[in-house]
Amino acid sequence: MSVLSLLRRREAGIALALLVVIGVTTAIQPGFLLSAGGWRDLLLTPSILVVLAVGQAVVVITRNVDLSVGSVLGLTAYLTGRLFIDAPDLPIVVVALVAVAAGTLLGLLNGSIVAFARVPALVITLGTLYVYRGVTLTWAGSDRIDAGDMPRAFLGLGTRQVLGVPVLTFIAAIVLVAVAYYLYTARGGRQLYAIGSDPDAAALQGLPVRRRLLWAFALNGALAGLAGVMFAARYGTVSSGAGAGLELQVVGAVVVGGVAIFGGSGTAVGAALGAMLLLTINRALPVVGIPDFWQRAVVGALIIGAIALDRVLANRRSRRLAAARDAEPPPGSAPPGSAPPGGGPNDAGPDDREEATA
Amino acid sequence: MPNATPTLRLEGVAKSFGPVAALRSGTLIVQPGSIHALVGENGAGKSTLVKIVGGVHRRDAGVVELDGEPVDFHGPAEAKAAGVAVIHQEPASFPDLTVAENIFLGREPLGRFRRIDRRAMREGVRELFRNLGVDLDPDRPAEGLSIADQQIVEIAKAISLDARLLVMDEPTAALSAVEVRRLFAVARGLRDAGHAVVFISHRLDEVADLCDTVTVMRDGEHVSTDAVADVTPDQLVRRMVGREVAELYPKVPSTPGEVVLQVEGLESTGTFHDVSFEVRAGEIVGLAGLVGAGRSEIARAVFGVDRYDAGRVVVGGRNLRQGDPAAAIAAGLALVPEDRRLQGLVTESSVARNVSAVSRRRLARLGILLPDAEARLARDWSGRLEVKAGALDAVTTTMSGGNQQKVVLAKWLATGPKVLIVDEPTRGIDVGTKAEVHRLLSTLAAEGLAVLMISSELPEVLGMADRVLVVREGRIAAELSRAEATPEAVMRAATPGASESESAA
Amino acid sequence: MRTHARPWWQRALLTREMLTILILVVAWVVASAAVQGFDGPLTITYLVLDVAPVLLIALPMTLIIATGEIDLSVASVVGLSSVTFGLLHQAGLGLWVALLVSVLLGAVCGAVNGALVAYAGLPSLAVTIGSLALYRGLAVGLLGTTAVTGFPESWTDGATENLGESPYPVITLGLLLMIAVFAVVLHATPFGRDVLDIGRSSEAARFSGVDVKRTLLILFVLSGAVSALAGVYYTLRYGSARGDNATGMELQVVAAVLLGGVSIFGGRGAIHGVVAGVLLIGVLGSALRLEGVTVNVINIVIGSALVVSVVAPRIAGGLRVRRRSAAIAPHEPPRFAAGAHGDPDGGSAVGQGT
Repeated sequence: MSVLSLLRRREAGIALALLVVIGVTTAIQPGFLLSAGGWRDLLLTPSILVVLAVGQAVVVITRNVDLSVGSVLGLTAYLTGRLFIDAPDLPIVVVALVAVAAGTLLGLLNGSIVAFARVPALVITLGTLYVYRGVTLTWAGSDRIDAGDMPRAFLGLGTRQVLGVPVLTFIAAIVLVAVAYYLYTARGGRQLYAIGSDPDAAALQGLPVRRRLLWAFALNGALAGLAGVMFAARYGTVSSGAGAGLELQVVGAVVVGGVAIFGGSGTAVGAALGAMLLLTINRALPVVGIPDFWQRAVVGALIIGAIALDRVLANRRSRRLAAARDAEPPPGSAPPGSAPPGGGPNDAGPDDREEATA
Repeated sequence: MPNATPTLRLEGVAKSFGPVAALRSGTLIVQPGSIHALVGENGAGKSTLVKIVGGVHRRDAGVVELDGEPVDFHGPAEAKAAGVAVIHQEPASFPDLTVAENIFLGREPLGRFRRIDRRAMREGVRELFRNLGVDLDPDRPAEGLSIADQQIVEIAKAISLDARLLVMDEPTAALSAVEVRRLFAVARGLRDAGHAVVFISHRLDEVADLCDTVTVMRDGEHVSTDAVADVTPDQLVRRMVGREVAELYPKVPSTPGEVVLQVEGLESTGTFHDVSFEVRAGEIVGLAGLVGAGRSEIARAVFGVDRYDAGRVVVGGRNLRQGDPAAAIAAGLALVPEDRRLQGLVTESSVARNVSAVSRRRLARLGILLPDAEARLARDWSGRLEVKAGALDAVTTTMSGGNQQKVVLAKWLATGPKVLIVDEPTRGIDVGTKAEVHRLLSTLAAEGLAVLMISSELPEVLGMADRVLVVREGRIAAELSRAEATPEAVMRAATPGASESESAA
Repeated sequence: MRTHARPWWQRALLTREMLTILILVVAWVVASAAVQGFDGPLTITYLVLDVAPVLLIALPMTLIIATGEIDLSVASVVGLSSVTFGLLHQAGLGLWVALLVSVLLGAVCGAVNGALVAYAGLPSLAVTIGSLALYRGLAVGLLGTTAVTGFPESWTDGATENLGESPYPVITLGLLLMIAVFAVVLHATPFGRDVLDIGRSSEAARFSGVDVKRTLLILFVLSGAVSALAGVYYTLRYGSARGDNATGMELQVVAAVLLGGVSIFGGRGAIHGVVAGVLLIGVLGSALRLEGVTVNVINIVIGSALVVSVVAPRIAGGLRVRRRSAAIAPHEPPRFAAGAHGDPDGGSAVGQGT
């Protein structure tokens, strides 16, 4: 892939916007980037949202959506804390794996309803958003997991850095690379795009549509579970309301990152960049003198702007194609007595390879 | 060459959809290493035949053999597995995947750790393209490919499947001259490699240029099979049209009145160009032409569901605002659209709601619409048109095509239109209802309604119309009076390259 | 030809809406019998006061979902309207003026959504997720974490006091009026027919002369204005204008509408079903609360009910379609299993732009 086509990609635009935000903010307040804390926050703050956005991207690419991720995160975050309290001997890795497995199950539940009953994922996951949250609330009550309940080694994951990079950021990066790699280089990954691009055609081609959908929702659930573990490590306290309302931020990040809400296009990298852009803007606003109360407004405007921009680009493309059809009329279309427009389209050009095989 | 076992042998294949026989007796024998043309009017049964070969439909009767082995496909996947590749007019590609991925979807070459070996895949595609003599970038997304290039992709896919039989259904309809030549080169290459190719086209010059053998179909039956060298285009046209214009069409004589609908210089980039015509009260004007020539698009633009770039539409002496169907309806236009189930009816709704769909604002009193008013209107009109339904609140989804069409007609006649545009008014409906629709249109015209009728069935146009406009590739190519409008004259004007002599208006 | 295939009582009783109403009645009876204090007058009063905003917003939402679109920004408009109302009051304007301006602002919010969906052709799901954040952000931005209080008692009492000695709050009258208006609009006007037609087949509606874009715009404006009205009510009911008022209420509204039998694919829905859906959630809520069950279990119940209300007719419908397609001569080429979002009735997926 040439450098030019790389620059033209939708992801490049978001990366550029991200750089501009960081650049401008740093120019105003150098500490935003050029201090130990600034650097750390820049990387650490988005890491949880990146993991969620990457998972959501997989689902949205199949022309679905999972609104229950905030509730899954809350449930698995609480589960993580609970396990540390109730089974203090379990190794941290096992606790994390259990939480991820729980997330996978919740995702599978979403996926199987969507895939087998063939109902819109929006409604189903709206329902499970309530249910999963309700389970957490019932289980936790007004109970809260505090930093003291969890092992110090675990909490250290939330703050420690390796080679100047926070551990959680490392985890997010590994997730991003793995999912991006899967989407790009696995047969199943490409089939997810095909399914989102045209579900009917995908079925006609004999692709295992249901299995892929189940897998997409399960993967998203697993990543939401992982995000729950990260949440517990990062914040040290988990109440039953952890992650409430996060789903809209996640969907927003994915859309801003250029994953089309109607499926078939977008990348994990784009979604991750979208998540970073949203949260970095949030942190930049107070620096440039806008009270952080306005953060959500900016995020909303950004989401709408991103969809509108995608539409404008798509419209321009289709108009160009319509005009191209006229510029190159089918043979014999010239009306009697009038020359074909624009000289002879039939002139042998570099595209004419009849000789090559004749 | 013709002594080998034929790659494809169809004999006496029949297929009906409900009461309508789409294919009565399809016969087609294709030899390996040959390009076989299949020609015929719209509705002759070619597409049905192709869909049976491709596994989309199952036949009711007859024999289908591949390389001498009888086959009975239960779906497109089975046909594909058996080595039959069908390229449809509008190929279904996944726009977000690359060209190479589209070709190898689900069959990608794998490297270590079951990852897609993109290099091998790219090389495979390059190899395919090299053999095809095309120069497409395997890594570009399929989005934005011209239809021609999409067809190249489909062909490459077909070859990579090592299909022994390749069927191309009107592949050139959307192609430019350069692209057509490229496609032909590919087809010849396949033939020379021993594959069998079936080529469906309306363009007889292309048939003469490309094919070895030509089979003519008419009314769902096999008419003739000859070596291309042995028949002239004129002979083919005569065989395609074949029959006398039957007395099926009860033409009631009427004297055209004043001009009601006037279209001037209508233009839409990429679709149609400089379209001008008029329709008078009491006259039926036929709009003939090949599928995809732009007839429906013209009708849609006149009625206002599509926009146009230049020109104007005048109804009853008044300019019509473009892009505003409500204004068109108020001015007295009515459109019975091409796609009955998608555009003509709200199929989920009842007969009563559908019949009153356009008139309901008139039925409302003080803004309130009572179900009684709807039912009265619906009972009146469905009675006049003899709609057969269990009850007025029966949902139209389950009705037969003929009854559905009557509901659509009832809906529009209830508005008391001055101009009625009908687009393929009898497509997919049984013979009895067909005659009813014809009688109705004829009577309406005699009563002073201006009718613009689009139809791909030549006998229908010739039997019904007072005047025939022939559309070819988005332009009005000819205007023929009822006397001038012979099947040959219409086909000649409609078919690009059928004849040098133009019977232009 | 007969007007109706079935006698009137079957048409009235064998509907999806009646199922919700039936469940509502059962829930009510069970709650009255089993839950101590449920049938007291106070329950009714609080039930009405609590469901009022959801009920109000559910009315235009019914129409929007009936067209196959969705508006997720409604709760944010409630918040923005609440803040506007509070700030205008703080600035010393009369409350009637503040009310009017707030509702107008809500209409403008709706118009922005509607223009983006109808005229720019953007998917309503994505647009209103964006404007959900935008309008909430404006509300929180304008007022920060502070609240405006001190509304005149004549107004706050008006929002909560009862009709004479009855258990019904005064606002019941207003709610009944709104319900009646929306029921008439949806079920007995050409406009209502247009709405359902768009949901069933917006293409066919367009070919019948329905101005699909304008209809959608009107619905979104209506949704914004009514949400703003609900915002003013919410402010007066709790005596406090805050930027985060009614956060998350959009989900309750959508859940209630779908519980009430409106099809998420568009084309089906009735106001009485939606009213029953709203009340059902309200009754369950107050009954369980009286039982000492926390809000949490109520959420589980609502969520499960939502899933079941969508999945159940789908399974029943799937069986019906299979039987029907076996019985009817196949005039069309066979439809293929449509994968992810297949809908055998050709309904559009949620949020599909026009």
